[in-house]
Amino acid sequence: MKPAINTGEHFITGDVACAEGAIAAGCRFFGGYPITPATEITEHLSARLPGVGGTFIQMEDEIAAIASVLGASWTGVKSMTATSGPGFSLMMENIGLGICTETPCVVVNVQRVGPSTGLPTQAAQGDMMQARWGSHGDYEIIVLSPSSPQEIFYQTITAFNMSETYRLPVLILADEIVGHMSEKVIIPDAKHIKTVSRSRPKGRKDRFKLYEPGPNGVAPMPAIGEGYNIHVTGLTHDTKGYPAMTVDTQKEMMARLTGKIQNNLKDIIKTESYRLDDAEIAIISYGISARTSLSAVDKARRQGIKAGLLRLITIWPFPEDQILKLAEKVKGFVTVEMNLGQIHLEVKRCAGGRAPAFLVGHPGGTIISPDTVVKVLQEAF
Amino acid sequence: MTDKQKKKKAKKEVIITGFGGQGIIMAGRIIGMSAALGDHMHSVFTQSYGPESRGGACSAQVIISDAQIHYPYVMRPDILICMSQGGYDKFISEIKQEGILLIERDLVRPGALKRNFFSIPATRMAEDLGRKMMANIIMVGFCVSVTKVISKDAALDSVAKSVPKGTEEVNIRAFNKGYDYGLAILKGRGKKAAGQTGVTG
Repeated sequence: MKPAINTGEHFITGDVACAEGAIAAGCRFFGGYPITPATEITEHLSARLPGVGGTFIQMEDEIAAIASVLGASWTGVKSMTATSGPGFSLMMENIGLGICTETPCVVVNVQRVGPSTGLPTQAAQGDMMQARWGSHGDYEIIVLSPSSPQEIFYQTITAFNMSETYRLPVLILADEIVGHMSEKVIIPDAKHIKTVSRSRPKGRKDRFKLYEPGPNGVAPMPAIGEGYNIHVTGLTHDTKGYPAMTVDTQKEMMARLTGKIQNNLKDIIKTESYRLDDAEIAIISYGISARTSLSAVDKARRQGIKAGLLRLITIWPFPEDQILKLAEKVKGFVTVEMNLGQIHLEVKRCAGGRAPAFLVGHPGGTIISPDTVVKVLQEAF
Repeated sequence: MTDKQKKKKAKKEVIITGFGGQGIIMAGRIIGMSAALGDHMHSVFTQSYGPESRGGACSAQVIISDAQIHYPYVMRPDILICMSQGGYDKFISEIKQEGILLIERDLVRPGALKRNFFSIPATRMAEDLGRKMMANIIMVGFCVSVTKVISKDAALDSVAKSVPKGTEEVNIRAFNKGYDYGLAILKGRGKKAAGQTGVTG
């Protein structure tokens, strides 16, 4: 077998870096259906996984792809899929199944322009709210957003670690530009890569309860075939995993599904600040738009405008506290994103009227230029 | 301030343009890879995506800098490499005043252009070497000697890593052809400049 971790310096695309990150994280199953601009993740893993003892399957469509990933995860294997807008839409129902059944897995969406087939295959960031609420019902979800090939390498590892820790599908929302651009990616030695695997049940198999939470609010997870009694259903279920059609069970189950995220926000929410300490205007951005924003901050500073950037690395759960704290000290917010204001509205909500919030956005198809941002900074404040 | 000045000085933006099938994307990738892995600079390589990669106009962009690169696209190229007339027509207005223009001599007619440029019959030279598809590698060699945007050693490494297995040797020969052609032009212009004061390039 080939070494699982390609230690060294590489000049690769974000998509390939994502695939390498998955392998470094211990992913050994990929079920997918190719779609630009995520195809290279699928393609690269089809070449790499068999060589490291993993399994690659091209399924008949995206519904089957995510279904295969959930099934593979229940055999104890770290699993993932990758897609883009139209495929992401098809995956929504089974992402909900993954949430309800607490199935660890990673779903990568390299965003392109929507709705529908959109503008194949230009960049956009229009799936941010779909990632949050695309499957029906209430739930908490973890969504990460990378700004570079190097970051998507690490973020894919983080996504696996979080999915294994909290037992749920973790989504990576990249975009066409980050997916297709090439930059230097440093892959460290295996000993410098921290990976987490789901906790396994201990104790008597006959007394085992599939969804009895451990100390961190998350139930240990056995693999199918180990002798534990396993019943996996999307119906509201009790701690044994059996359907229980009562209001109380629904309440209890939902408290567990949402509590394991809400009680660990500090561990899950990651942001990065740039020249924010003395900033009067806080730019909020993520993914490729955050790189536009970094340029815009420098340009604005040269003109005497005190701008800074809060880059969202975790999109969901939303960094409400960070926005609220900023709202108490800045003159206003400018959200930069390639959509018509999906995160902008969240910023506005969290600012709660303490500071005005503006949007620099457009419906996708091209990157936002730093000059466009600077112009808004000049005019709005 | 010195930091910023240094940053500005050390940043180079490159556009390579031609039509699909000429290896424009590979040429861009080789330049970006050489800068990142061989010369230990920061570099970003992007490409135009879509039907153009299958026959139409096509372009690759590379930014090389000694500082971290934020915005990943070229604003105005310091170096413009044109391997087709369509690409030339599209990008010629964007090159910086002091930028360096390189063209495929047989495929680009610059018309009444009032600026210096460097030209090379890369496709014909590739045909002479037995593989028309190596015109891109010849062009990369030409670019390296004329612009020095990346080091020759780094470029040779990237060429060997990027071309199909078994063709490394012939591609390195192609690179050297382009490189030497560029050196000869520079030498010729040097002599001309020494003989006729006031005329450069």
